[in-house]
Amino acid sequence: MINHERGHDRLVATPAAYSSAGRLERVLKAGYFAVTSELAPPDSANPEDVYMRARVFDGYVDSLNATDGSGANCHMSSVAMCALLSRVGYDTVMQVSCRDRNRIAIQGDVLGAAALGVNNVLCLTGDGVQVGDHPQAKPVFDLDSMSLLEVIAGLRDKKMFVSGRKISDPPKVFLGAAENPFVPPHDFRPYRLAKKIAAGAQFIQTQYCFDLPRFATFMARSRDLGLLEKCFILPGVGPLASARTANWMRHHVPGVHIPDAVIKRLEGAQDQKHEGRQICIEMIQQLREIHGVSGVHVMAHRQESAVADIIEKSGVLRDRRPWFPGSDQRLDKPHELPVDLNLE
Amino acid sequence: MYSIRRWVVRNARFFEVAYRLFEPVVVTLTPLWKWMGYPRAEKAVSKLEKVSKELLFDCKMCGQCVLSSTGMSCPMNCPKNMRNGPCGGVLQNGNCEVLPDKRCVWVEAWEGSQRMQAGGQIHAVQLPVDHRLKGSSSWLRVARQAEEKAPHHKQGERND
Repeated sequence: MINHERGHDRLVATPAAYSSAGRLERVLKAGYFAVTSELAPPDSANPEDVYMRARVFDGYVDSLNATDGSGANCHMSSVAMCALLSRVGYDTVMQVSCRDRNRIAIQGDVLGAAALGVNNVLCLTGDGVQVGDHPQAKPVFDLDSMSLLEVIAGLRDKKMFVSGRKISDPPKVFLGAAENPFVPPHDFRPYRLAKKIAAGAQFIQTQYCFDLPRFATFMARSRDLGLLEKCFILPGVGPLASARTANWMRHHVPGVHIPDAVIKRLEGAQDQKHEGRQICIEMIQQLREIHGVSGVHVMAHRQESAVADIIEKSGVLRDRRPWFPGSDQRLDKPHELPVDLNLE
Repeated sequence: MYSIRRWVVRNARFFEVAYRLFEPVVVTLTPLWKWMGYPRAEKAVSKLEKVSKELLFDCKMCGQCVLSSTGMSCPMNCPKNMRNGPCGGVLQNGNCEVLPDKRCVWVEAWEGSQRMQAGGQIHAVQLPVDHRLKGSSSWLRVARQAEEKAPHHKQGERND
């Protein structure tokens, strides 16, 4: 029994073949409203720190993004986090940024990650080193997010390194990219999405959405360009802790656009933290109604423990319960996990 | 020269036409380049190219010029060297996240391409940069490629 209601007939539109062995791709292609979130990597070499951070998402998300030095700050690597998490059955999205590594290092990492059970790769350009904790570092940017997509798609589909040298077993990964519909040049953004799809993007996670009309316009244009049948869109959402944090974010986090109305609403609230979560819940519910939205990506920096509650209250999962540890018993073979979609 | 670079983008249509007239000249001069020998021609032409394009576009001599696909705004001036479109960090006023007092080269590129006849080239996905070509002349490469594509070259001895 498969739920077509939200699937926009994707089951028919997508070829039967899957790119990856992962849960995220299956959930999306089955037409479910997918939920992803992201894990802040620890500043430690202790695997338990990773597992502890992941636990708060159990049973509420389909896949977890492991950030790759987000904001150009140094933390445990994305590839290591994904490897640790996939060992125990989590589906992970490995974020790869072009800031720190050249094409030789990145291709090697992707092969290694796929061998360790990573099913999804999100291709990012990455923040400039200036904003991070190592501004003295040498930025690499050998590739950009677009050529990174092409490179990894080449590894997977042509079984070839950029050099043209053959690889015997390609990495079976579902390819993702980011888009930010909320910053200029606004009218170029849908075309840029088209370029990313042409370069190999199969799903998109966007920057924080606080401006619904802007997002709706972006989606309408993307629909006119015929992009929504070719790619799953997961807008980014997240709870704002207070009006002060919101103000700080809008001035200090590159690419985050928070309209004045949102800040006013937070300022006027008695319990700003609660209001921030309420705004997030409403945003998820409204996004769900936009044609072509296949899920949400919840970014709850320092509020990770609130994600379960936000998802629960938004009601987007309906009766579905995403994977949690122990929901399947074959933890010894993470890449052969039967996909538990909880179809009943 | 930041102000000249921006002026060029505002006049992208003119520079598009100018380049369209200029390219056949370089290609027509192929016998000259051959006579000089490509390494010697490379030295002379790349020097000339560097001086003129540095002045007009703040050219970084990546050797794989895509100006006609990027609205005459050189993408190598982006601090992240993005050759396929803007990053997600562009400020609300259209300035760069890394250099907040400068315009995003891709905001400029988009505006420039709107003014050009072949502005649609901005939608083509650009391949990763070949860093070996840094410092070499794009003009000569265009001439050479045009020559290699020419029919008399086809039934030649090359079999690769």
